[in-house]
Amino acid sequence: MLEALTLILVCQLIGETLVLLTGLPIPGPVLGMLLLLVWLFLRGGISESLGRTADSLLAHFSLLFVPAGVGVMLHWERIQGQWLALAVALVLGTLITLAVTALTMVGVQGAIKILRGRGGPHE
Amino acid sequence: MSEVGLNDIWVYLAASPLLWLAMTLICYLVADRLYRLGGGNPLLNPVAIAVGLLILILVITDTPYGVYFDGAQFVHFLLGPATVSLAIPLYRQRARLAALAVPIGLALFAGVLTASVSAVALAAWLGADIATQISLAPKSVTAPVAMGISEKLGGIPSLTAVLVVTTGIVGAVFGTTLLRLLRIRDDAVKGVAMGVSAHGIGTARAFQVSQTMGAFSGLAMALSAFLTAALLPTILSWLGLIGT
Repeated sequence: MLEALTLILVCQLIGETLVLLTGLPIPGPVLGMLLLLVWLFLRGGISESLGRTADSLLAHFSLLFVPAGVGVMLHWERIQGQWLALAVALVLGTLITLAVTALTMVGVQGAIKILRGRGGPHE
Repeated sequence: MSEVGLNDIWVYLAASPLLWLAMTLICYLVADRLYRLGGGNPLLNPVAIAVGLLILILVITDTPYGVYFDGAQFVHFLLGPATVSLAIPLYRQRARLAALAVPIGLALFAGVLTASVSAVALAAWLGADIATQISLAPKSVTAPVAMGISEKLGGIPSLTAVLVVTTGIVGAVFGTTLLRLLRIRDDAVKGVAMGVSAHGIGTARAFQVSQTMGAFSGLAMALSAFLTAALLPTILSWLGLIGT
């Protein structure tokens, strides 16, 4: 547990440091995730304690958004002034994104199936 | 003056991080209980209810957000390590990812582009200012990443955090219904769409539908975080919001 947590924090620390040093446009924790992923591939697997630690951190992932969400208090004025633009961008934008992503994936899967079906007998 | 009044206890507690840390957990547990009692109805989203309860308490007790955050920052801090931990579900899904690499890759690319361009275009059309538009651009990405991107590009990170959370709630509340209306039945596809559009809150919702949908949602959330961090500077300069 302690070793797993240390590994996760060290990956984040290296990620944050590399971002500071190189000015990469990627946030530190994302680079940390990539480093941990590379480490897992090098090591060839996930230790039991790392799996358990990660699962418990991710089990209540939505709780972790609550403090940031309460920050809406800080932006009453901006939100009141631009509420229509914000509401439409959030609701419509998110629904459009859901639809475009799902339909793209279904479309590409269908296209691959057709291409394979065509190319199959000739190979 | 030997008697300790309620007011003194309040003054003492209000100054320590313990009170608002505990209050954050209590409100979340209450919200989560309500959600379960409601049979997992997406309208009773636990994040939305917890945030609402906390704001109500803060307003009634006249507590500024800064004081609240001194306590709540311990919960907030865990977003970083939790983001790093996403490497684990990602690694577990490596075989399925390899098999579906092309459709997932193209869907991610389309989703990331649509998420930022649709948000910025709709907000600009309805008269939002530039800082609001930039803060909206990374709204579909998980909070720590979105805040980092927003800060780097000239947005308002704390506003981005709020917009990210709201986006997640919108996706969690309406996502499964919309996907049903679109006649999408494959849980892998539903998961990818949810992860790209509604990050961790959408992923939490996806896990309630099925393990497969949750795993693909987590995968898509992690990959779209990378992709958005890498592409958004270019997209925003292309939209004329930031200099090149």
